Amino acid sequence: MNKNMMIVGVGGQGSLLASRLLGSVVMAAGYDVKVSEVHGMSQRGGSVVTYVKYSDGAVFSPVVNEGEADLIISFELLEGARYLPFLKKDGRLVVNSQQIAPMPVITGAAVYPEDIAGKICALGADLTVLDALSLAEEAGSAKAVNVVLMGAASKFLGFDEALWQQAIGECVPEKFIELNRRAFALGRAHQG
Amino acid sequence: MKKLMLGNEAVARGLYEAGCGVASSYPGTPSTEITEALAKYPEVYAEWAPNEKVACETALGAAIGGRRAFCAMKHVGLNVAADPLFTASYTGVNAGMVLAVADDPGMHSSQNEQDSRHYAVAAKLPMVEPADSAECIAFVKEAYRLSEEYDTPVLLRMSTRISHSQSLVETAPRAELPLKAYEKNPAKYVMMPAFAKAKHPKVEARQQALAEFAETTSLNQVVPGSRKIGIIAAGTTYQYAREAMGEGASYLKLGLVNPLPTKLIQDFAAGVDKVYVIEELDDVIEAHCRKIGVEVTGKGLFPWVGEFSQRLVAEKLAGVGEPAYVFPEPVPVRPPVMCAGCPHRGLFYALNKLKVTVSGDIGCYTLGASAPLNAMDTTICMGASISALHGFNAARGEESAARSVAVIGDSTFIHSGITSLINVSYNMGISTVIVLDNSITGMTGHQQNPTTGLTLKGDPTAKVSIEKLCEAIGISRVRVVDPYDLEAVLAAVKEELAVKEPSVIISRRPCALLKYVKHEAPLKIGPEKCKGCKACLKLGCPAISMADGKARIDVSQCVGCGVCEGLCAFGAIGK
Repeated sequence: MNKNMMIVGVGGQGSLLASRLLGSVVMAAGYDVKVSEVHGMSQRGGSVVTYVKYSDGAVFSPVVNEGEADLIISFELLEGARYLPFLKKDGRLVVNSQQIAPMPVITGAAVYPEDIAGKICALGADLTVLDALSLAEEAGSAKAVNVVLMGAASKFLGFDEALWQQAIGECVPEKFIELNRRAFALGRAHQG
Repeated sequence: MKKLMLGNEAVARGLYEAGCGVASSYPGTPSTEITEALAKYPEVYAEWAPNEKVACETALGAAIGGRRAFCAMKHVGLNVAADPLFTASYTGVNAGMVLAVADDPGMHSSQNEQDSRHYAVAAKLPMVEPADSAECIAFVKEAYRLSEEYDTPVLLRMSTRISHSQSLVETAPRAELPLKAYEKNPAKYVMMPAFAKAKHPKVEARQQALAEFAETTSLNQVVPGSRKIGIIAAGTTYQYAREAMGEGASYLKLGLVNPLPTKLIQDFAAGVDKVYVIEELDDVIEAHCRKIGVEVTGKGLFPWVGEFSQRLVAEKLAGVGEPAYVFPEPVPVRPPVMCAGCPHRGLFYALNKLKVTVSGDIGCYTLGASAPLNAMDTTICMGASISALHGFNAARGEESAARSVAVIGDSTFIHSGITSLINVSYNMGISTVIVLDNSITGMTGHQQNPTTGLTLKGDPTAKVSIEKLCEAIGISRVRVVDPYDLEAVLAAVKEELAVKEPSVIISRRPCALLKYVKHEAPLKIGPEKCKGCKACLKLGCPAISMADGKARIDVSQCVGCGVCEGLCAFGAIGK
């Protein structure tokens, strides 16, 4: 059994913490795992992608390619569209409905596509859309968007919730643990 | 117990376990986290050096002094450190020395895509290349063993995907090594012609001995599978090949990438129907195979540029399917941008407005080249902004100097801008240089440097005064501006361009991402006042966009820097 996950978004949205949470859960569940991160220039508001791969055998390549992802968690709507070709047939896309305009859209050189979710649905892909920003604010901080989305995605991953709670305890600084537990719960409770 | 560890952290762990005592590095993506992680071990002396040459010399000195030593850098950093490296090959070491160099195939965060293996070949040094985090630990330990047994520095080649991927490792305790005796030995350490001539044959003999070692070392491994296809690969490309081809091929996985084995490759090739060499960037392994009479397919099939992947390998050797889902419309690109509140933004807005030629440098501020700021003409390497501007103005004369500036960050200025500025001063140039002092090394993720007053370990230390340094080298016109104050910036640049002598403007404000920087409340746009003129969009601030014909500020991004406020002719932007 091999599973390929992607966490995509805009640099600065907290994909590093999200991938570390998932990596911890997978490791605690006893799988071989690789997590590939992005550091450096792309972090400055660019499109960022993190890969998490696990297997009951061995994981070789640390990256996920087109047509290979079982699950893509997108922190921003347009990024969901960008990485859609990476989704495996019958894979699932969990996407935040938040829109962040990239610079070519801000300068007027490009247009942010309309009704992205509807167009992805029309392709027949399994899609979960949620307003993670509002849920994060409800949990206590807009910065917790990442953990809300991991909560929503956790329903499709089949790991025991206790493993997630343990990972939050290990990966999050003490004073933000309760906030992140609330964020995770709100994401996990999302219906859709 | 197994741990999930980043490749760079695993290198640091390997260094710690191997008893490394002294480390000196300059930050550079994707190598930076090695030295940051190493600094967390109190047993290891670790520092940021002003540049890679200094770091390499410091590490060599420490190795000669009897402690296992280390330095790390990105691929282009090794160009800077090449001078000591080539002669360190002659002197050899006392305690072991390992130099990590991290290549960046695909240029995630670099200005070129050079292949560091050429340095190992040219400087006649052994080079090891790990393929995951567990190998990072193991190969560092083996590198120190080789360094001491063969009396040579050893290169550890990393790449972005190994440096920045986490995989499982097992840790072990640190080897506590006693300080080795230092004995004065000019014939070994004083590389003047008479001694160097005696050393060169020893370097050649060492290469021969290492080439023999390459035939049998467990760093190189044969992984048997189908005999129809044989694949020779190293590091991350081995992982791609293994994932793509599985049992459908046999593999020769090279961990020692210089010197390369001969008989091992010949025997491997003889046991399979067809041999492919899969290597990112240059054809180092392929050229070696040809030299030893082994027929292989390499760059005839695989690209010279960019990162490889399992999909690429499968596409070339087995075939791949089309993606199941493709978004039906063009998806706008999302390039990296200066952050909201970035102190560089106001400065580049001013340079764009003044329509000056901008000689650029390496750092976050290189993003000033992108739309809508479009305020950069050249970017070459660390420090080149000042020297290249000096040459540009020498070619084009005084009129050019009145319409051109160099921009360079604080850390880059210390790295290699100082000597360039001395060249301007010494040779009576009249260029205007802007030092973008954001009080940190920004792009690589906030490292201290000699201008910040703190060391890598966080201890307070002497702080280089850029103003006094400039004065000391003969620049009498040195002034400081706040880049949030657009009018002051515009005035300062105009004035310094007008004078016929060299000048330095220090654009000083800490990086907006620094934890100690207090942010103001986000600004708002009064929709009744906004005329939709888009003047504020010319800043290229990611927090400002248009919605329904009016400008809009994203409160989750805005840090209240206020630069946009001054641009609005209608007073629509405010608290």
